[in-house]
Amino acid sequence: MEDEIPNPKSEAERSETPETSAIPNARISILEIFLTFLVIGATSFGGGVVAYLRNSLVTKKQWLDDEGFLAALEISQALPGLNATNMAVIVGDRLRGVPGAVAGFLGITMPGAAVVFGLALFYANNSGNAAVNAVLKGVGAASVGLLLAVTLQIGHKQLEHRLDMALVALTLVLVSFIHVPLLYVLLTVGPIAVLLYRPHKLTPDRSGLDKRPLD
Amino acid sequence: MKLLQLLGVFSLLSILAIGGGTAVLPEMKAMVTEHKDWGIDDAQFRDIYAIGQLAPGPNMLMVVAIGNHVAGFPGALVAFLAFFLPACVIAVVTSRVWVHFEGSPWRLAIQRGMAPIVVGLMLAGTIAIARTAIVGKDSQICLAFAAVVFIALYFGKKMNPALLILAGGVMGFFLLR
Repeated sequence: MEDEIPNPKSEAERSETPETSAIPNARISILEIFLTFLVIGATSFGGGVVAYLRNSLVTKKQWLDDEGFLAALEISQALPGLNATNMAVIVGDRLRGVPGAVAGFLGITMPGAAVVFGLALFYANNSGNAAVNAVLKGVGAASVGLLLAVTLQIGHKQLEHRLDMALVALTLVLVSFIHVPLLYVLLTVGPIAVLLYRPHKLTPDRSGLDKRPLD
Repeated sequence: MKLLQLLGVFSLLSILAIGGGTAVLPEMKAMVTEHKDWGIDDAQFRDIYAIGQLAPGPNMLMVVAIGNHVAGFPGALVAFLAFFLPACVIAVVTSRVWVHFEGSPWRLAIQRGMAPIVVGLMLAGTIAIARTAIVGKDSQICLAFAAVVFIALYFGKKMNPALLILAGGVMGFFLLR
């Protein structure tokens, strides 16, 4: 894939900024950024938006190579906000600066936002309708299964130590059962977790933790 | 006044949404249902979440429906911008400076340490929705729906989640009235 990138400067620019391996190309218009993310925003159903993003940005458009995609994804996951919108603004920004970020954001959110708004109006006018309530109840119940499956898949991929499980359990109990506000959970458990995994503790012989990155 | 409340609640949620939308669901549910004058109870929160699931794109566009419920179109717009803009600004700024921390062992420590917290928060988000979706006289049927979807996705091979969500709606139409 990388060999097919037509821009001859891309190699040099990548080595300059290895984390930001978007291929700078002034010919990518704001409109094209908007339309590309609009298609992703209109066709990504069921939450697997990362797969749609990769297919479009890396495979079809070749705006990013795999390494650049993973670097952007890593940032998106570490920061507040949704992966999908964070990816849209980060990639848009790398391609065309702030206007590119705005185009990416509007593109990926507009189709779904319009659908949600339309359904919300319909819901408001039919709130007593038994059929509407039954459909939404069914969707809600099915969503619980989806959420659990996605969560366990992510957990299975990223967590491997007893310490991880203890932190999962601690967070879950604090939020779901003691109802501690999220801000306090993040401000207490977050630093504790980072300290437990602080650089010098990543020695396999003493703690059983390894140095491999998560993914 | 309600617009200011929406602005406050959703911009705070935007900054707290570390680990994505599902991770912030319990906090969102608590904040939204605690605002009594917004008129959203557990069942309505479930319905609004379901509406969000029926739309394409990022999975937390339900904030548009919450905003609309509270204050019509202006409310929808305020909730949308408040929930997405702060996080997007943080993402752009951070991605520009992130490269300077490349190779920092602390960056890995942060990623490593936050990963289990995010999974814990996502489990909490799942429980928050389950507490609104698997209740009442139909709770056993709803639990069965959830179990079937979970088994199909977790053990099945590359099932399309959107089809299972739609199937949940169709089955609900026939079984949950």
